[in-house]
Amino acid sequence: MTQKLPATDVVIIGLGWTGAILAEALTRAGLNVVAIERGPWRDTATDFPTTYAQDELRYHIRHDLFLRPAQETMTFRNNAGQTALPMRTWGSFMPPNGVGGGGVHWNAETWRFLPTDFQLRSHLTQRYGAKFLPADMTIQDWGVTYDDLEPYYDRFEYLCGTSGKAGNIKGVKQDGGNPYEGARSREYPTPPQTQPYGPSLFADAARSMGYKPFPQPSGNLSQAYTNWLGVTLAPCTYCGFCEWFGCGNYSKASPQTTLLPVLVRRPNFEARTECEVAQINLDRSRKRATGVTYVDIDGRSWEQPADLVLLCAFQLFNVHLLLHSGIGTPYDPQTGEGVIGRNYSYQVTSSVTAFFDDKNFNPFISSGAIGMCIDDYNGDNFDHGPLGFVGGGYMGGVQTNGRPILTTSTPKGTPNWGPAWKKAVKENYLSTYQFVTHGSCYSYRDAFLDLDPTYTDRLGRKLLRITFDFHDNELKMSRYITDRLADIVEKLEPRTMEKNPRTGPYNSTVYQTTHTCGGAIMGSDPKTSALNRYLQSWDVPNLFVTGATAFPQNAGYNPTNTVCALAFWAADAIVNQYLKSPGPLVQA
Amino acid sequence: MSMRSTIAAALSLLVTSAACARAAPPVERAEIAHDHQSFEDIERGRYLATLADCTACHTEPGGKPYAGGRAIETPFGNLLAPNITPDIETGIGSWADDDFVNALQIGRSHGGTRLYPAMPYPYYTKMAREDILAIRAYLDALEPVYHPVHSNQLPFPFDIRASMIGWNWLFFTPGRFEPAAGKSDEWNRGAYLVQGPGHCGACHTEKNFLGGDKNSEALQGGTLQGWFSPNVTGNPRQGLGSWSVDDVVAYLKTGQNRIGAATGPMAEVISDSTSHLTDADLKAIAVYLKDQPSPPAPTTAMAADDPAMKAGQAIYKDQCAACHRDDGTGVPRIFPAMKGNPDVQSANPTTLIRVVLHGTQNVATPYAPTGAAMPSFFWKLTDMQVASVLTYVRNSWGNVAPAVSARDVSSGRAQQLSQGVP
Amino acid sequence: MRIARRELLAGTAASVLALGCTSAAARMVAGNLPWKPDAGTPPPVSANPGVWVFFTPEEGAAVEALVDRLIPPDPQTPGGKDAGCAVFIDRQLAGPFGNSRALYMRPPFADGTPQQGPQSPLTPAMRYRQSLAALDKYCREAFAGKSFAQLSDAQKDDVIGRLEKGPIHLEGASATGFFEMLLRNTREGFFADPVYGGNRNMVGWKMIGFPGARYDYRDWVDKHNQRYPLPPVGISGRPEWGGA
Repeated sequence: MTQKLPATDVVIIGLGWTGAILAEALTRAGLNVVAIERGPWRDTATDFPTTYAQDELRYHIRHDLFLRPAQETMTFRNNAGQTALPMRTWGSFMPPNGVGGGGVHWNAETWRFLPTDFQLRSHLTQRYGAKFLPADMTIQDWGVTYDDLEPYYDRFEYLCGTSGKAGNIKGVKQDGGNPYEGARSREYPTPPQTQPYGPSLFADAARSMGYKPFPQPSGNLSQAYTNWLGVTLAPCTYCGFCEWFGCGNYSKASPQTTLLPVLVRRPNFEARTECEVAQINLDRSRKRATGVTYVDIDGRSWEQPADLVLLCAFQLFNVHLLLHSGIGTPYDPQTGEGVIGRNYSYQVTSSVTAFFDDKNFNPFISSGAIGMCIDDYNGDNFDHGPLGFVGGGYMGGVQTNGRPILTTSTPKGTPNWGPAWKKAVKENYLSTYQFVTHGSCYSYRDAFLDLDPTYTDRLGRKLLRITFDFHDNELKMSRYITDRLADIVEKLEPRTMEKNPRTGPYNSTVYQTTHTCGGAIMGSDPKTSALNRYLQSWDVPNLFVTGATAFPQNAGYNPTNTVCALAFWAADAIVNQYLKSPGPLVQA
Repeated sequence: MSMRSTIAAALSLLVTSAACARAAPPVERAEIAHDHQSFEDIERGRYLATLADCTACHTEPGGKPYAGGRAIETPFGNLLAPNITPDIETGIGSWADDDFVNALQIGRSHGGTRLYPAMPYPYYTKMAREDILAIRAYLDALEPVYHPVHSNQLPFPFDIRASMIGWNWLFFTPGRFEPAAGKSDEWNRGAYLVQGPGHCGACHTEKNFLGGDKNSEALQGGTLQGWFSPNVTGNPRQGLGSWSVDDVVAYLKTGQNRIGAATGPMAEVISDSTSHLTDADLKAIAVYLKDQPSPPAPTTAMAADDPAMKAGQAIYKDQCAACHRDDGTGVPRIFPAMKGNPDVQSANPTTLIRVVLHGTQNVATPYAPTGAAMPSFFWKLTDMQVASVLTYVRNSWGNVAPAVSARDVSSGRAQQLSQGVP
Repeated sequence: MRIARRELLAGTAASVLALGCTSAAARMVAGNLPWKPDAGTPPPVSANPGVWVFFTPEEGAAVEALVDRLIPPDPQTPGGKDAGCAVFIDRQLAGPFGNSRALYMRPPFADGTPQQGPQSPLTPAMRYRQSLAALDKYCREAFAGKSFAQLSDAQKDDVIGRLEKGPIHLEGASATGFFEMLLRNTREGFFADPVYGGNRNMVGWKMIGFPGARYDYRDWVDKHNQRYPLPPVGISGRPEWGGA
């Protein structure tokens, strides 16, 4: 039996980055906001204190901060010819859980997408012709432009205190920054972090080849910073326990360190944790959300009515909930019709591992977003005409840690155990460095999400099913940009170097990134998108869906800055347009 | 328990000596009936109630404002703060103005019942009648709340209110504030605020074993069941001497200054009281406090090669520097500095021990909302290790303070356990 | 009177809201960041060797022998056994890792592609038990009644090599699966924080030059190509902290 609660103005599903951003904007506008979070409250000094946060086994190997697959998971198959099976433990990506979501344990690499990324299909078609793109590639324009989003990228960067060096301020190129970036309105809020040895060497080598390396934009702050809400962050101490870990000294941008202290003090905000939203409720017309039904720790069911529903959970769970709530037409890969589940994409990363004899990298001195990069092989920054693929990625010296269980690399051919292994580990630990590429992943007709026919979660709902594999385009791209990276690394004269381009099939057991995208994408046409340019559902106007769910395809960058810029953009639209006149903001 | 029986015996002596007590001073009577609906008075009363921090005791967490019921722990047992909303039956709605004035000026409730000095009338006695009546006007304008509270929960024989006669004779000097000659108006305003409504000495002045102020050590710090309220005199090392007036004002107004942040019981004082005061009043308090005397602090730091210092340095480097920095300067607005910090150099290390063992949270105010917290080390460091690292921070970077011993730490742990901390 | 006010836990104001019929089983947060003294969940107290919590004495002996060949002792650095890798594995199997309760263990179970990840209904605890029993049986049959621990080093290495690459037949257990899991857990034990029972006295970290559970390298980040000078420290500290 579901008990009905008093209505509120806004219910937010999931209190991660976008949930916190929207909650802040809407409570500031005077609305009553209830945020419902499946996982626990997370607090720096309570849950990742400096007294025990430095625990590789607990957090990286045993996944202590992440969602437990027992609570929710998905099934996976490479293609529709296979039977999907459950992801019984995590591998290629690490779904978040708890207040702060992925913002707690991300690396804080804070990139903006390129202007061309937002108009990908029209740009690539114009430059290379429609036939250049694979027939089954389903990339789309986003419906917003980089210029639309620039003020919101700025707002997120100034919320976080992002450390970096601008490459283009209002059209004027700046030395030391990314020469390819879209124009930004001003410099970063804090200067770049100090770079350790590995990134510095990469930068030297890149410069010697005529590239213009620049520091990776970092949400691990180079100095103390107080943001526009009055919340203070501390300087990063290069501890090397960043991605997968909560930050113990308030120096990584997260909802905890930037938003929550102010949000909880607002009398019109309330968070309910350890409550899982089971579905979004619709009225009889199926065109209006009436609120949500959620389940508490005792398994009791509650209905929270609200005028406005904001679906702000992690990308995969957003799609899962839309499917279970019957919102939008599910995608059919056979016909190509339907929108919920289409255009699922991911990320295509690769590496070059270099073994030296004469260098001590102190790999444990690092942060999540430290690094020197070049962007020459990202997006459409280079001529793809002769190359036969589209897409690209940034590359650089971006090693984030030297934690010994997983970063004791040995050269190929070294035995996996015994005295030779031991000797190789000892000799190579300090003097090995892994350089990386972080490539785009475009969308295809046969990469999609739907509901599994067999497996269910603890609430009895069918699991989300992921059907995904790499396509030739992405593998070709990865080979190419890995080779370009290797060219630079070679200049450092390692004893030996190993190129590890991404190869197929996509393996769900090997960690790559947690940059799963799409499934309820934004766009201009309700036939091929689930959301309009303001992240408002075409089908249910009082529902907005945030997150990388909206990405029609993924670019060659980490997604969080774009996810959060879109959240600010949507927040503005809600406050300035929707609240004044509730209803569809875009006529289809 | 034996401490209690000693005190019980002493108190019974006080009761029997009541006959020798001075007669209570005459109560000032009103000339004109007081208008409780005067807007200016209510507004002034609201400000004064904030100054006097009435809500800190008279509002239960999660309860209605000023409706009482909050437990006030004393070494002699618990008292429950009464309901001071204007409710006729269970609040003070039926009190005459003079009753209310008496309560604050001479510690006598409606009907002549003696109050325990948990209600800080020994400080409020300094307050002018008109100020007290302004507070009354404010309280009178609040929502009356039906909430019966039986205040006196003390065990026998402490529940005999008549024992206050003797206590008052020994430790209570009623009387209004008198400005000091030769001091500025600002200084005197600060003196009034500190000695009267602010009742700072209630925590910041050490008490004798019967709970009276040790007047010769006024404002030099006081222990408060597991916390040490610091020295707030002008002592350059242990008090506010190295803070500018602006530093003090920033601390009281925002909970932070360039050195550190308020925490523990002071956090509430800041968020309920001082962060709402005018800058002029905060400045006056700062000027007054910085002019208060206290004996000089030690001047010779412990040698850096002392074994405790070396162990402390290793612990500090491994566990503390990530926030408080190798050079002890912390990070302004979030991590207190160790270097030059009067709390770190306090004569009494009780607060330091508690904070290291159990962690603590910075106060959050609208000006400085971060509310960062320090984790707890009780499971990670032994008594000796806590003592070493505290000795190290107290004697490095120019700091000088007595060493902390393992025994200090273990008795701190034991005392906190007995108080149910966590 | 000596006053001791009830300490207002500065973080928990208004954390109990009266919302009428709202479930008490939800944790509601409003008003202030929730915080309590002594908050948090530190790792378990250091696992002390000497008693097996999960393994039988025979299993323990076998695992000790295995880890000591996977990471053999040498004059500079102890091997897996003295580093506590077997103790580590024992404690891990006795805990959440061993019982897979955090994982999705609902049926039906079916074999999938390598890209689809482990699909076995067996928990690590079950797999170790089964595999060690099968290994024991294999050794006794192949080596005239000797258990694995009783073999010579060369024989042990030969058996491990077969587990890794074949040929070997373990009855009712996957040899390569067991080998991969064992190798992974042994390396974890060698390099995890000593509180978990392995990496005793931080020998693994000392071997490679990893400074351990440190959290501040600001003074060394720009000292390129210079060896970091401080010894490693674990979550429980290091000898220089004194006062054990």
